[in-house]
Amino acid sequence: MISPVFAVGELDGLFRWLNELLVSIGLPQPWQDVIMYAALSATVFGLLALIALFLVWWERKIAAHIQQRFGPMRVGWHGWYQTVMDALKLLQKEDIRVATRDKVVFFWAPVICFVAAFSAYVCMPFGRGLIVADLNIGILYIMAVTTFTVISLLMAGWGSNNKYALLGGMRSAAQVISYEVPMVVSLLAVILYVGSLSMVDIVESQSGWFNWFIFRVPFGPIAFVTYTVAAIAEANRTPFDIPEAEQELVAGYNVEYSGMKFAMFFLAEFINMFTVSAIAATVFLGGWNGPWLPSWVWFMGKTLSMVFLLMLVRWTYPRLRVDQLMEFAWKFLVPVTFANLILAGILKYLGYWE
Amino acid sequence: MQALEPGIVFWILAVVILVSGFLVVTLRNMFHCALCLILCLFAVAGIYVLLEAEFLAAAQVLIYVGAVAILIVFTVMLTSDLASESLIQHNENGTIAFVVCALFAIGVPYLIKNTGVWMPAKGELISDNVGSIGKYLMTDFMLPFELVSVLLLAALIGAIVLARKERS
Repeated sequence: MISPVFAVGELDGLFRWLNELLVSIGLPQPWQDVIMYAALSATVFGLLALIALFLVWWERKIAAHIQQRFGPMRVGWHGWYQTVMDALKLLQKEDIRVATRDKVVFFWAPVICFVAAFSAYVCMPFGRGLIVADLNIGILYIMAVTTFTVISLLMAGWGSNNKYALLGGMRSAAQVISYEVPMVVSLLAVILYVGSLSMVDIVESQSGWFNWFIFRVPFGPIAFVTYTVAAIAEANRTPFDIPEAEQELVAGYNVEYSGMKFAMFFLAEFINMFTVSAIAATVFLGGWNGPWLPSWVWFMGKTLSMVFLLMLVRWTYPRLRVDQLMEFAWKFLVPVTFANLILAGILKYLGYWE
Repeated sequence: MQALEPGIVFWILAVVILVSGFLVVTLRNMFHCALCLILCLFAVAGIYVLLEAEFLAAAQVLIYVGAVAILIVFTVMLTSDLASESLIQHNENGTIAFVVCALFAIGVPYLIKNTGVWMPAKGELISDNVGSIGKYLMTDFMLPFELVSVLLLAALIGAIVLARKERS
């Protein structure tokens, strides 16, 4: 079985203290493990919930400033706890359920979406040793669990029994499947060079000055750009936000959801954006590597810079049409990424920049 | 979680696989059938994790859940006949099918146990199974690997030819 180790870096002391406490009160071994894993998941979950709340506020501020507005200003300094208030409001709202919904599917769609978004963080290296489990299939695992997002969107679209929601769900499935190919292939170029799927190995192979894959190898910048484009599409954001195009589909797959269920979709969307940025930071920008500052500061800095880039793109460019979107994926991105992969293979074989 | 008894996990997964597999062929709503199929395939991936074949598990989820099952869901959604009405999934041949399936389900384990051709694998599992799968695909099993690639390419081209409308 995959046996994760408690390698939690700077938080190590805290978790060791908890473990000793559990041993001292004499719990049997399986229950100790269960409680330790629960504590670990709660830590990651809490951190990500905070990040998601921050990202919602940040997105609103960036959108506002690009459109020469102020955005949220009322609650706190520059409205810093606006999203906390919004979340509290959503918690109290009535959970409106359409009478014609598909009961089981409608209920489970936001749950699966939420779980899929968070389970990617099992092997996300937040810093040196700050990883829940360094799986040997690391990045492949992340790719695999995030595919459940597509299923949840399809379920939401179907379960709502609403033509706009159904269209949104189907558009999203088509888009995410198409863009998954260039996304994985552009990551493959780097994985080929590292020779390992483990997130920790990928980061450690980039230590030292100018050893980040975006600078180190000629295929790095190309792979980074193709990955970023595909990642924007994967996160369902403008210019690839066909699934929820407000002007055409009202709100897409989540149109019938209200209250807490809507909040789950909404938060999962921001978590997904953070996930794709974190993968880009890990694979192309050297992950936690960097001089002077603590490792997790570097990781967060790089990831949030990527998020900032995605937000700038979202509020600058108009939306693509469905056929343009598909043509771009299959006729441009896929050939480019495959050519890039072949280039990476040749360079690896000749032994350059090892 | 090594401390948890692997047997319990196996039995949970086995029950999930059997129940969801049964629901795939009995439920009246095609969309629910497709979702049960996804659950079934996901539980099979769980069995692979239990057998320490992590790469196979990830590939199973990525390909079957991420691509094949979604394609099936997609087809169900696009086909109005399938989506709107509830279907009856069985016909008068049910009894014969049941007998054949039962014979198969009893016969295969019986043959495996008693013929002695299928022996359990010897030796320790290689810890780096991703690396060794890659190595074997590129050396010892090069020919089957390439054959499968050509087959998939042929299927791809065939699908495009079938789907393409003739321009007159």
